[in-house]
Formats: sequence, C-alpha cells, structure tokens
Amino acid sequence: MLLDKSIQELHAGLTKREFSSEDLVRECYLNIEKYQTKLNAFITLVDKEKALQEAKQKDRDFKPGVSKLYGLPYVLKDAYISEDMRTTAASHVLADFIPPYDSTVNKKLKKSGAILIGKMNMDAWGHGGSSENTDFGPVKNPWDTSRVAGGSSGGPAVAISTRMAVFAIGEDTGGSIRNPAAWCNITGLKVTYGRVSRYGTIAYASSFDTVGPMAKTAEDCAVVLEAIAGCDPYDSTSSPIPTEKYVDLLKKNTRNKIVIGVPSEFFGKGLDLEIKTAIESTHKTFASLGMNINEISMPLFDYGLPVYYLIGPSETSSNLARYDGIRFGNNREKFSQETMRRIMMGTYALSAGYYDAYYKKAQKVRTLFIREYEKALAECDVILMPVTPTPPSKIGELLTDPLSILLADIYTSTQNPVGVPSLALPAGFTKNKLPIGMQIVGPMFSESLLLTIGHLYQQKTDWHLRKPILVFNKD
Amino acid sequence: MTKYTPVIGLEIHIELKTLSKTFCGCRNDPFNAKEPNIYTCPVCLGLPGALPVPNKKAIEWTMLLGKALNCKINTVSKFDRKHYFYPDLPKGYQISQYDEPIASQGWVKIKNQISNSKDKSNEEKKIRIHRVHLEEDTGKLMHSGVDTLIDFNRSGVPLVEVVTEADFDNSDDVKAFLIKLHNIIVNLGVSDANMEKGSMRLEPNISVRKADQKTLPSYKVEVKNINSFNFVKKAIDYEVERHIEILERDEIPTQETRGFVEKTSSTVSQRSKEEAHDYRYFPEPDIPPLEFEQEYIDSIKVPELADDRKQTLMQAPHNLEENLAENVSLSKAVTDYYLSVFTLTHSHPELSGINVAKTLANLILNKKLFQNYPDPQESAIYVIETIKPKKTDMKLLGSLIERVIASNKKTVEDYNRGKENAIMYLVGQVMKEMKGKADPLKVKEALLKKLKKE
Amino acid sequence: MKKKHSKLILTSEIITHVARLAHLKLTPELILSFQDQLSSVISYMSKIQSVNTDGVPLTSQVTKLTNVWREDKIDEDRMFTQAQALQNAKKSKNGYFVVKAIFSE
Repeated sequence: MLLDKSIQELHAGLTKREFSSEDLVRECYLNIEKYQTKLNAFITLVDKEKALQEAKQKDRDFKPGVSKLYGLPYVLKDAYISEDMRTTAASHVLADFIPPYDSTVNKKLKKSGAILIGKMNMDAWGHGGSSENTDFGPVKNPWDTSRVAGGSSGGPAVAISTRMAVFAIGEDTGGSIRNPAAWCNITGLKVTYGRVSRYGTIAYASSFDTVGPMAKTAEDCAVVLEAIAGCDPYDSTSSPIPTEKYVDLLKKNTRNKIVIGVPSEFFGKGLDLEIKTAIESTHKTFASLGMNINEISMPLFDYGLPVYYLIGPSETSSNLARYDGIRFGNNREKFSQETMRRIMMGTYALSAGYYDAYYKKAQKVRTLFIREYEKALAECDVILMPVTPTPPSKIGELLTDPLSILLADIYTSTQNPVGVPSLALPAGFTKNKLPIGMQIVGPMFSESLLLTIGHLYQQKTDWHLRKPILVFNKD
Repeated sequence: MTKYTPVIGLEIHIELKTLSKTFCGCRNDPFNAKEPNIYTCPVCLGLPGALPVPNKKAIEWTMLLGKALNCKINTVSKFDRKHYFYPDLPKGYQISQYDEPIASQGWVKIKNQISNSKDKSNEEKKIRIHRVHLEEDTGKLMHSGVDTLIDFNRSGVPLVEVVTEADFDNSDDVKAFLIKLHNIIVNLGVSDANMEKGSMRLEPNISVRKADQKTLPSYKVEVKNINSFNFVKKAIDYEVERHIEILERDEIPTQETRGFVEKTSSTVSQRSKEEAHDYRYFPEPDIPPLEFEQEYIDSIKVPELADDRKQTLMQAPHNLEENLAENVSLSKAVTDYYLSVFTLTHSHPELSGINVAKTLANLILNKKLFQNYPDPQESAIYVIETIKPKKTDMKLLGSLIERVIASNKKTVEDYNRGKENAIMYLVGQVMKEMKGKADPLKVKEALLKKLKKE
Repeated sequence: MKKKHSKLILTSEIITHVARLAHLKLTPELILSFQDQLSSVISYMSKIQSVNTDGVPLTSQVTKLTNVWREDKIDEDRMFTQAQALQNAKKSKNGYFVVKAIFSE
C-alpha cells in the first residue's frame, strides 16, 4: 500500500514519477469507502472527483523543488477553519457554517501543494478525551470498534491509523493529539505553545491550545512541522523564535548523551499495569541508543488536573460566548451537555465570589507547575511519561461519570498550562492487542530534540508500523 | 437646597481616528461608510478562530491622551476580557483593560465656575483623572419594528475610556471640564470627538449627599445617551433635583442606569440593562502583556496645548488679559495666526503707543479677521490700516465740535454735572460727523478742551 | 484514583445564576444534574486550595512575549465584502444582521 510509505518516500516516488498524486488520492478514498461507515472518522469529506481533479492538476504541475508535502492528501481536525468548506467543531451550533476565511495552518498546507480531502470528527469544541462528545456520532477505534478512538482529535488519528490520509493536523489543549495518537497507534506532536499559529483554530482554551501534526512516524511529523511552524502576524502569541530544519536534524544527533527523566509520580497509583510495564520496557531500547534513564520527582503532579480543569473551562466559557446564532451558526441551545457543563464550570470559576478561590488560585498553581517543569528539565533533557492511564475505554463508558472523563487527561493535561512540547508515540500493545502510547516531554521549543529521540526509537522498534486488523484484512 | 452636595464623576468614551481598527486591519471609518457591514473581517466580526493583534498607534494615542491629562503612564499594562451578552458585542466579551490601564492618576485644572465670593472667581479647581484605558467599540444597533438591525462597521474601533474621580459638585464645573477635555482631544488630533456622531460619549454618574455627611453616598446613578455638553448639564441638574426629592422623603435613590431624554430634558430608567453585572474579567490570553521602557514613554510627546498657549499669550510681549488669551489659545490654528500677524505688526512705527496685542486679539475674536484675511501678510496690512491713528483735519474738527455741542445740549449738561461717560457719546457723534477720518483720542482731547473753556 | 473529598454543594440558585451569566437556558432536569455533576467536579478541583501559593504570581499566558502589535495599516486583503460578512447569518436585511427586537432605551 502506497500510504504505508513515509512522507519522504512518497515525495521521492512522486519526484521519480513511480506513482502519482492521483494514485495516492485514490488509495485514500478506497480506504475511506471501506472504513468510514464503520469508524465515523470524517465529518465532511471532499467530493472524490474534486479531490482527484486537484490531484491530477498537481501531477501536471509537478516541478522539481516542490514542497515535500506537494500532492499529498491530508485531513484537518474540524476545529480548523477551512475557507468555503464547512467547519463544525463537531457541534450542531456550527452545523452549517461555511467560513469566508482560512486558518493559517490550512493556508500554509495549501500553499505547499498538499491536498485537503476532509474535515475530521472530534469531541465538540475539543471538550473530551474520547471523541464521543460529538454531535456527529462517536468515532470508533480501528483496533476494536467497540472502543473509543480517544480524543479530542479522534477522527484525524483514525484517518492516519487506517491510511485514509497521509497526514493530519490535530489540536491539543490537554492531550487532544496525544491521547488519540496513543489509542490508535500513531505518532502525534503537541508543539510548544506559540510554535504554530493558532489563527483560524476554533478556540477551546486560548492559553493552552496548540496546533500540531499527527502522522505515522516522528519523521513524518518533522516534515509536516517544518511546513506549518513559524510566527504569524495574525497570531500575537505565535513565537518569533526561528523554526528549525526538523527533518535534517533527525539525522544529526547533536547531543552526546541524552538523559531521560522518569518521574515516579506519573507511574504510581491509577496507571494500568500493562501500560506501566510497556513503558518501562522502553528503557532498554533507549539505553541501547546510548541514552540514560534517571528517576526524577514531580510532586505537584496531583494538582495538574485541577489547574487544567479550572483554567480550561474558564477560557472556554469565554471563547464560546461568541456563539449566539446571530452572525453565523445556530443558537446556544445547540451546545451538547458536556460543552454546557464546561461552560458552566468556567463561568462559575470566573464569577464574583469564586474567582480568587478557583481561577486565580489555578493561575498561581500554574506558575508553580512552570517552575516544577523547569526544575525537572534541569535534571534531564526530556521526561518520559504515559499518555493515558488506561487502554481505550468502551464506547459509552466514560460518558456516565464526568469525573472519569477528566481523569483520562491526567498525564497529558499538565504540559499545556506550562506550554512545553510533547511527542506521543506507540510503545507497545496490551494482551488484547490494544495500542499503548508513551510521551516524551521536553523544554520549550525542543521539538527537534523530541522528534530526534522519537525517530531513533522508531528505527529500533516496529510498534508504529503495526496496523489495525481492519486494514490487514483488506490488504 | 444648601443642605445637599452633589457628588459627580464622569466616564467619557472617545473613538480614536486611527486608520485601522483596534485589533484588526479593517478600515476605521464607521460614520462615512456607505453601507452597513462593509468594514469587517474575521476578527471584528468575532468569527470562530479569529485572533486580535493590537494597533500600536491606538496604544500610543491612549498614552498620549493620558499624558495630556497629566497621568502616570504605567510601565506594565495588559488587556482583559470583559464579558456580557448583547447583540452588538460579537465575541460575547469586549477586549478592554481592567486592573492595569495604560494611564492613571492624572488631573485637569478648570476654572471654578461657581464661587462663594466674587474675589475668588479666578480660583482653579483640580479634577482628578482616575484612569485612561484602551478598549474596542461595539457594533451599532438600529431598531426597525419587530427587528433589531446590526451593523458591525464600528465593531472594534479603538475607544479610549477616561474616568474621572467623583470630584465635581455642580454641573457647570462638569461642562467646563468637558469643554476643556474636548479641546485637548481635538488639539492632540487623536479623535474627532464628535458628540452628535457618537465619537465622544459622556456618562456622568451622579449621587447626592447631605452637606454635613463626610462619607460618599451608598448609591450612584449613571446616565447614558447624552450627546452634548449642555445635555450633560441638564441631565445632572435633573438628577440632582430628583435625588434631593427622594432623599427629602428619607428614601435612597435606586442605583441604576438611566437614559437622557432630549425632548423633556429629563432621564428615564433603563430597566433592561439592570440585571446584575458580573463581567468576569480575566487577562486576554490572545494578547501578550505590554511593557513600556521609560525611554519609550518619554518619546511620546504631548504637543503644545491650549493651556500652554494661553500662558504664552499672557506673558510679554503680548500681555493679554486672561479672557482674551484663553479665547485665542483654544485653537492652535487661531493662536498661530495671531502670532504671525502680531509679529508682522507689533513693531510697526505707525502703531506706536497702541496695544497691538489686545486690538489684534479683539479683531480675531470679534471681527472674523482670520476668516476674512486668512493670509497673515494681507491681514497685517489690513490691521495696520485699520488701527493706525488717523490723520485728523483739525480745522474741520473745530467746526464740527461746535456743531455737535450745539445740537447736544442735554448731553453737555450731563457732562458738566459730573456724568463723565457722556463725553464718549459726544466723541462718537464727532467721529460720525468726521466720517471716521479722525483719531478718537485727538477728538476727545479737543472736546475736553472746548468744554472746559465753556 | 478517586479520592473522597468533602463534597461541596452548589445550590440550584447558584446554578441558575451561573447559567444566566453564561447565557444558557437550562431545563429544570439539567439544572438538577449539573448541580450534582458540578458539585462533584468542583469538589475534586478544590484540592488545589491546599497548595501554598503565598507570593506566587499568576500565569495567564506562557509566551514570554511583550508588546506584540501591528502598525496602523488597513488590511484590505482580509476585509470581507458585505455578502461575505452576511453569508452565514440566519437572518439579514438590507445589509444588516437581524435579531428579534431587543429593549434599548
């Protein structure tokens, strides 16, 4: 299958005319036709003929020196504004919203010559960790369709896992890229806050939201990151720090000895034993790559969720205030219960009389978290952690108790308030053949280091090459 | 009436006339837009995913106004979100400034409009400025039958809010302050400050306390929809009277927002806005904070303002009286004109002995000199011609004086009986007979001489 | 994973007040279920109170940037035509967005 190839291989193949962009698009639609009804990954699919026309045009216009993403079909989480193409954030509030403008990330990808083929299902507004809180039906896990795909970027993860697209853009506010990456056995990068422009990203929590690649491998993520990273005059919070040659740097391991910190608090009570064992067994692989494992301590860990779940909903209650049904979309009665719950929580945490005890207190503890990460990352280069406390849950399981939805984010929600980047990648499987993910967290703007470590690891292992049985059947 | 003292503060909103809006590059020209909703973009329409990027000039002009109002410019500032729902507010929050405004703690001096004793009539009064901050304007609502129509051309236009301390105790001082503030704004060139169009909006908050009560009243009433200085005065006077009436009944006026009604010069309760507000301010996460180096703050220079010009005109070589100096100095253009013409005329040999400054100021203020002779060179020629002492035909004068005295017996009698003013009437009559071709001083001299003889 | 915390109770008055602030119309059933759910969630979050934050400043964003602004220029490229501005409106008239009459004066 062409889509099993890496982006660089695909680019080489297109350059040598071994296959065409049209072939790639056809293969995507073949897989979409096979699996979409089962998995419900797409909210909006570009008309096949239209996509093929675009691919043919790209094939005709192909010139040496084009971007590595040229002619490659991709998908966007439906949190990204796409000009003239329905954008819903998986909510009925935006069921018929056709944006008259484009997100910066989509603009950049279009400019690189990549071909957008669809907008992906997710937890509405990013509110959730399972892609069940969507007004377009839950996304199913290709490894076990009775289970959730993870979220909130569930649709994009499924699309990569089942080869419906070459790469995807996800959005991570508290684990929304990493959680579904872990549960669908793909690789996803939560970038440093500000590394990629948020302009045109439907906001969940403005000071946490990040835009990042989801793909088969760390190497593919590096290629995509190179195309989307950088300062944007339309986003005041995007960073002027220069981007790097993430792909070239994969081969240049500039550090002599990488020290990987393992915080004991992240491997304690509440972590599924199979996940714990799987991640611990990666230590050997890292050691064989010449890296050192050091135990470290991050005692604030327990307060991570409260910080995330006080600030996140506060910001979301503000960000979702614009949905009044006047200028676009439907009125506020169309919000799902989970979204209303988060709006209510945030409004409460910001309201007079509770502001100091909740919002303000959380912003102070956030400062302590920043210090805790700075201290930890002074003792090591990167931190190794689980992504999720459990393997993918059964569909419906998380919906019964709002607190258990929150707990699914326990390992991924502390990085966003701090801003640091994190790479989630496959680390093994449970006895029941459910994927297990790990994440590597680094200092601000250390994407290159994270991708390099991920790339080295993936050259030594083959977890990331495994595909769900659904795909094997048809191959 | 002396039992009560009004306590009045002001909130003034001023739309800045930057080229583009506060947080996006849309054209800032809502009043001249030919159609509704033609100056919008994702940002000022509050579309999903749009992000604000502040306009540097709007920030600098806020700073400039703060400086002109003698405020401290804060080295650390930031934007905050202020939440409330209204159809003209596209994002459900307004980007404003909460606890770290760009400028604070300033003052403006006004002439005391009401004084207890005559000799204190020139006393100045300092009105303290609480804060000056930058925010974005809302869209505009229009009511049309069962529909409310919304135009977002104005949405996101930079709006400076000036808040005074509750330092006023009468409506005349408020009016004097507003006239001065308006003059400063227009002089800075940062806003049209047009109240009719709404680019300057006035909201007094009013309460009344017993004269012997030291603490501030427990309530205040805000009045909106006021579009002239006179209406502010009327609204305040109406409110003060209303509050006193209520207080006389041993009741306390309701804290509320009221609207001014022009037709009746009264105010009415705006009950729809009375829901308890909880704006849930928090720092705008989409905009990094502002930090100003002292050097940068110093580089924002306040141009010469009316008060500075007035000082110049009251000093040598002009030595204008305060009133004249003040009226000339209100406009920079008029002052510049005065200064050019003065330079060209004041040392002219034919004008020796004449108070050129005073005469010129009067010509400008009362005789439309600026409008009629906008070119200072031409104006100077005209001025010299007009005010230079006239050659007087002494022979003709002699015979005319006799004629005037003969035909104004009654006035002459008055003069002789000690009514000295009467002489000026006679001078006027002679001047008339001379068809203006005489130096009034010489006429007066001759008249006095003649009357003494008689 | 779940710890027992003394559960804080949000009254239905608080829920109703918060819903009004948030501009959400809640059915009586939803008020009841939010009362329960938010009480549990807020109780869980309340453990943050035990962290000592004396003298700790707030963090409201992590960019470490200051003074990010733009020059005062008109950005024609991004401005919408009237039709574009109105294209997603449920109701428009003569170039205006329309809502049901609201009280003003």
